[in-house]
Amino acid sequence: MHAMTTVALPATNHGSKRLPGDLAIWFFILAELLAFAVFFAAYAFTRAKNVEMFNLYQQTLDRDLGALNTVLLITGSWFIVRAVQAAHRNDIKAIPPNILLGWLCGGGFLVVKVIEYADKFGAGISMSTNTFYMFYISLTFFHFMHVILGMVILTVLWFQARNGAYGAHNAHGLESGAAYWHMVDLLWIVLFPLVYVMR
Amino acid sequence: MIDFLKNSAHRAWLVLMVATGITWYLGEVGAAGTASIVAMLVIAFVKGRLVILDFMELREAPMMWRVLLEGWLIVVASLILLAYWISLK
Repeated sequence: MHAMTTVALPATNHGSKRLPGDLAIWFFILAELLAFAVFFAAYAFTRAKNVEMFNLYQQTLDRDLGALNTVLLITGSWFIVRAVQAAHRNDIKAIPPNILLGWLCGGGFLVVKVIEYADKFGAGISMSTNTFYMFYISLTFFHFMHVILGMVILTVLWFQARNGAYGAHNAHGLESGAAYWHMVDLLWIVLFPLVYVMR
Repeated sequence: MIDFLKNSAHRAWLVLMVATGITWYLGEVGAAGTASIVAMLVIAFVKGRLVILDFMELREAPMMWRVLLEGWLIVVASLILLAYWISLK
């Protein structure tokens, strides 16, 4: 057991500082983060001028579903970490099921979000109802689209992993897709308290 | 369980679950005002940092990338705090 850990360590840690995945995906992630930063700031500063309205309509949001979605995205991210770790220790068979579990968490997020939207749209709420709902719908829907793109990426990774594309010496593609998926999680970690809870 | 906690990603997942529970609870009790906003921003920062370091695996990455991602988190949290501070005046 001891021998195994000492052998496994150099394989996962290449000794020097290393950026996982492709450099390009990290520039793409930075661009996405900047776009959302502008969006988050716009929400917060618009709220500063309409505090009572934002506090009033925030109460109509379903915090339980928002928290449930946080759990789903974080857990989905965790499964993808497990897939990447499996690749690093060359446990090729463990990669696809973990990607699938991560994908299912993403699917769960979408289902919960659709339930939430159905409730709001069913009540006649739209982008033009007021400034709060304009932000709520556009921010969460913009993020929703990113979850869908993340799931498309996970689907590609799953097919590739099933064909044995990833292992200890070739985890680049998997790491790049994983980084994007974690970004989707990171964004929701800010979005949930900001829009659903802070008042 | 001990083996489970040896993996930094598994530890991060546990902390993220607990932290999400705390934010949800603050909402349940109707926490509002400066103290609760600061608390929620600190929790979001801790959570975001765990995702960046242990999920994205940037702990061992070149310093520039850690600075860029963690810096993003600090800038966003600061802007939100500034806006809420303005709204309380």
